[in-house]
Amino acid sequence: MQLLGLCPLLAVTSTVTNALGLGIATLLVLICSNATVSALRHWVPKEIRIPIFVLIIAAFVSCVQLLMNAFAFGLYQSLGIFLPLIVTNCAIIGRAEAYASKNPIKQASFDGLMMGIGFTLVLLLLGSIREILGQGTLFDGAHLLLGDWALGLRIEIFHFDSQFLLAILPPGAFIVMGFLIAAKNAIDEKSLQHRPVVEKNIERVRVNFDDQ
Amino acid sequence: MSMYAAINKNSKILALFAIACTATVGLVNELTKDRIYTQHQKHLLSTLNSIIDPKRYNNDLTLDCVNVANMSLGSDKEQTIYLARFNSTPVAGAITTIAPDGYNGNIELIVAVNIDGSVSGVRTLLHQETPGLGDKIELAKSDWITDFSGKKLMSNNDSRWAVAKDGGMFDQFTGATITPRAVIKAVKNATLYFAKNQQTLFSQKNDCKLDDSFAEIQETQAHAISANRGVNH
Repeated sequence: MQLLGLCPLLAVTSTVTNALGLGIATLLVLICSNATVSALRHWVPKEIRIPIFVLIIAAFVSCVQLLMNAFAFGLYQSLGIFLPLIVTNCAIIGRAEAYASKNPIKQASFDGLMMGIGFTLVLLLLGSIREILGQGTLFDGAHLLLGDWALGLRIEIFHFDSQFLLAILPPGAFIVMGFLIAAKNAIDEKSLQHRPVVEKNIERVRVNFDDQ
Repeated sequence: MSMYAAINKNSKILALFAIACTATVGLVNELTKDRIYTQHQKHLLSTLNSIIDPKRYNNDLTLDCVNVANMSLGSDKEQTIYLARFNSTPVAGAITTIAPDGYNGNIELIVAVNIDGSVSGVRTLLHQETPGLGDKIELAKSDWITDFSGKKLMSNNDSRWAVAKDGGMFDQFTGATITPRAVIKAVKNATLYFAKNQQTLFSQKNDCKLDDSFAEIQETQAHAISANRGVNH
């Protein structure tokens, strides 16, 4: 199981809206940076590839930040410092180094898209659990991301007189994350038990589409 | 390739990338600069309108202000005071101030005081108080902060301006007394400061006036304000 990019995951997912906002921002940056790194991969010398990847990712994150500041001000304010912190998200530079720098643009962009969607889904799952446990609502603040029509989207599942603080603060995020990982491990083990053991030849899996 | 030649080539490529990336960010910055400014002013105006009824003034509130530095506003840094006038008659002032003794650091507030000395409204702009406990000073979490509206400060030693625990008229929060205490003190100091310095403030030079390059945005602001006034909140 890949555990990358936990810092923003744990700090921003206190509500579904925040999780969705950060997930979409990360998705955008992932696709753009993967595509760019892939397009430029033949011109990037091996020795300086890391600083160049960081430059590209930082440039994209800065642009996403400016665009959010201009077009989604409310969400920009609630994401706060975690928007620029996307630059430090190891998942992005990890994919740039492991995949995008070795594969053509189409595959690299698709990889960025899938990684981004996966990341967003985990953010959403964590966000909804924490929002329900901590505030008893779902989609609180959705109008900041989706526009005023989303004010009606807010569902109050139960009403707390005082909130379940632990779920909203970072330690709660770690605990819920731990449960999710444990659950996934359990599911993986179960499916391994049910699958018949097949003797198969070890094949070399093709990960590189570039022709030399 | 010799090592020197390799370093030479690599540094040239790195410099090229750096220039290209910086140029891209610079370009996006230029394209979004105006819109970001407008968003910021819109947000500021809606905060100001929530503590000073827009029907009471008709000047361009976000562009009519003075910057002052005074310890009674919680720090020695310059703070902005927005001045509301109706046909050039002073109506109220919105003072950005800081409560330095919050539980977890500074709390930034904006306090609107009428010229008769009564509080028109208070909002919390920025804080790091404990979620679920001290964060009740945020309007989104509780309407405690609206308790200040309409209150008057009778004297410097008005004992009603304290939390109920200290014999005052303001509620404290269960489990968080330091936060409301800090906010009450800051609002009291800001109100006192305004009462003492009203005359000077309203006759001081405008620090928020824009230069000509933003004249077009200023016009947009004026349109936004009159459109805003058409919608009664």
